[in-house]
Amino acid sequence: MSEVKEMKRTFIDEVREKLKSFGLPRLIITAFLLLMFIIAPFTGANFWVQITNVINRFSWNAVLVLAMVPMVHSGCGLNFGLPVGIIAGLLGATLSIEWGFTGPLSFVMAIVIATPFALLFGLAYGWLLNKIKGGEMMIATYVGFSVVSFFCMMWLVLPYKKPDMAWGFEGTGLRTTFPIDKYYGGVLSNFLRIQIGRLVIPTGALLFFALLALMIWAFLHTKTGTAMTAVGSNATFARAAGINVDRIRMLSVVMSTWLAAVGILVYEQGFGFVQLYNAPFNMALPAVSAILIGGATANKASITNVIIGTILFQGMVTMTPTVMNGLINLDISEVLRVIVSNGMILYALTRKTEATR
Amino acid sequence: MSNQAPLLELKNIKKDFFGNQVLEDINLTLDEGEVLGLVGENGAGKSTLMKILFGMTDIRDTGGYGGDVLLNGQKVNFNSPFDALAAGIGMVHQEFSLIPGFTATENILLNREPQKKSVAAEVFGERLNTLDRKDMQRQAEEAIDKMGVRIEGEMSINDMPVGHKQFTEIARELSKAQLKLLILDEPTAVLTEQEAEALLDSIRGMSKRGIAVIFITHRLQEILNVCNKVAVMRDGVLVKDVPAAETNITEITRWMVGRSVTDSAKDRRDPPETETIMSIQRLWVDMPGETVRDVTLDVRRGEILGIGGLAGQGKLGIPNGVMGLYPAGGKVVFDGKEIPLNQPRACLDSQLAFVSEDRRGVGLLLDESLEWNIAFPAMQIHDRFLKPVLGGLVKWRDEKAIREVTARYIDDLKIKCTSSKQKAKELSGGNQQKVCLAKAFALEPKFLFVSEPTRGIDVGAKALVLEALKQFNRDSGITIVMISSELEELRQICDRIAIVSGGRIAGILPAGRSSEAFGELMVSSVV
Repeated sequence: MSEVKEMKRTFIDEVREKLKSFGLPRLIITAFLLLMFIIAPFTGANFWVQITNVINRFSWNAVLVLAMVPMVHSGCGLNFGLPVGIIAGLLGATLSIEWGFTGPLSFVMAIVIATPFALLFGLAYGWLLNKIKGGEMMIATYVGFSVVSFFCMMWLVLPYKKPDMAWGFEGTGLRTTFPIDKYYGGVLSNFLRIQIGRLVIPTGALLFFALLALMIWAFLHTKTGTAMTAVGSNATFARAAGINVDRIRMLSVVMSTWLAAVGILVYEQGFGFVQLYNAPFNMALPAVSAILIGGATANKASITNVIIGTILFQGMVTMTPTVMNGLINLDISEVLRVIVSNGMILYALTRKTEATR
Repeated sequence: MSNQAPLLELKNIKKDFFGNQVLEDINLTLDEGEVLGLVGENGAGKSTLMKILFGMTDIRDTGGYGGDVLLNGQKVNFNSPFDALAAGIGMVHQEFSLIPGFTATENILLNREPQKKSVAAEVFGERLNTLDRKDMQRQAEEAIDKMGVRIEGEMSINDMPVGHKQFTEIARELSKAQLKLLILDEPTAVLTEQEAEALLDSIRGMSKRGIAVIFITHRLQEILNVCNKVAVMRDGVLVKDVPAAETNITEITRWMVGRSVTDSAKDRRDPPETETIMSIQRLWVDMPGETVRDVTLDVRRGEILGIGGLAGQGKLGIPNGVMGLYPAGGKVVFDGKEIPLNQPRACLDSQLAFVSEDRRGVGLLLDESLEWNIAFPAMQIHDRFLKPVLGGLVKWRDEKAIREVTARYIDDLKIKCTSSKQKAKELSGGNQQKVCLAKAFALEPKFLFVSEPTRGIDVGAKALVLEALKQFNRDSGITIVMISSELEELRQICDRIAIVSGGRIAGILPAGRSSEAFGELMVSSVV
């Protein structure tokens, strides 16, 4: 009898421990999301449509969240400078269109053109981050702001001529938003698309993410990838083991930047529009909070964190407006998104000290 | 006197940290006004004993202690330093706990200030009383007088020389009316000679007023000058407790460092007369607190060379400089080739390895598994534990090989862990040290620097670590240079011992020479 009791207690302890390691915020958000799914049908929203929405949003955003991983691993912290990579991606996108590529080829070319920019920006950004070790995240935030602001001017000044992108009256300078149906809109999402009743799965986009995630996962299992994790875990240890810490950090920043460039292209193909000017401002925080909700800390992150985090965060953002609209005819989704994303970042940063140094 | 209970009595004090015995059966008595000099090497258990006496919470958090503490014949059990303070025990720590912007007077009476009633306090409670500045000044002056050393009560801590800060701390303790016993933890370490002399005077003064003092210091002459009694601790045991008048420095040194000379001489071999494997010439190293000024040293192939010396004299700077972890200059020739300094990678490529004294900072990936810790350097430097994939284009981590090598070292070194996947931070200090050794062994080096391998680990693990090093040297003929502040430990396993003093090599002696000979070298040119 007492033995059974003992067993029971250990089981409960185990559950409690699991819950504890899962983290309270994640628990709340998961519970909230589940609640939304349960309420959704009563507000007249179709369950399958909701699922489709969540999967869609996931496929747009997952790569941007994945872009956090290399820098977290090398100890550069969360990549608040995501806009740096996004700008490289936008350059790729606009130049690819400007030079007349269309259809799937325009997507491939956008990545190809974005790559040298991502490398260049990544190197400069990495060089800067190596100068200010310990304050990466704050500096990264401001680097992001500066780059976006600088390119607000560039989008106007650069000699883009393509009528699809340029302001109608002047014929020069890029519009804030333009559709890309003729180019690479839906190029991944529609590839091998599966439709069962009202459930639609954007197979291509998911596969593309899976491919990139696999690449990162594989990289982290190589010699250099192992070194990257070690640098993030204890830079002095890595240095004593003969690792060139600065070079590894630089590599991680370049990887993050390139992933961000590809990430924004994936986002655009799903969204169907290219957004310029201030739009990149709004990309970093959701990505940061998504990976944090997924269970990452400022110096530990896994692919699982990326997947879980993106599903939870995007699920919440997608579900809330539908349900709230149905219930009270009021859209508080944006407010909620801001509260959750910033709150999550705050929460995670206060817990940063938990990592052993 | 004899029928009166002594002021302080320690009976059979025992303490272990998770099974590591750090104090064994300590018995000690102290009468009113008596001055006790407590000496012992680092890690002998002095501070643990004082922590017990002062009711520090980390003692209780780690399972309490055994034995009894009696004050005036009554058993006491302090739950916190506040209890100890209330019972009349004061302690001055090595690190200052003063508020920099406040004056000496304010610091002395902090939180015990005499107060004047104010109107606001009638409404809001006594936290709004105002301070009675006059009375504060009077009380502070009183305490300063008691101490016998003049310090300026109105001077801000910021503006004080370091010695005066120390005196302010002492005055703070003296200002407590109930003070019966004052513990001074290495108070003279930061003082100039004159200040130290003044402090000793003030200790004598306190003693006359009936305050008992426990005085911890490494400067033995001070003990002889001021103390009534000397207590020597070693490895958690109180080895001697004698009147100061009946002993001398040589004797105390011998008690401190160790087991009798014959003990450690067993199974010692003659220093091998082989050719030089590493020649260090005119090395300087800029390592904070361990500056190396000008070291020239030849290491012979296959020997175990010990480097000893007092803390801060530069012995730790030597390996850290050679291995490129701190800025260094000079010339190091290894196996006929010059090794570039300030490049950790170059040293590692020449098959040198280093076990750092800074286990948690440099030695380990605390958040990663044992497997990673042990295999990582070998993987990065010698491309071991890697599988080529895609025709060698990608070097894939070979988890199986890593697990195997880790399992082997866990067995060999008897590392206590739940599995090779356990995180390094979850191990005890001794086992962490073994992981550090395994990491270095896995590199299969030709030459190994080991820095303070037994610092902060228990006696059992100590023996095992030393034995492992010896084994490694004897079986594979690896040259080892071991740096340690514990002379006895060096004498146990080394063939020759170099003593560093003032950033220079003061001399190299065969390990069989007497402790006194080494002791003399240690203090020869201290800076």
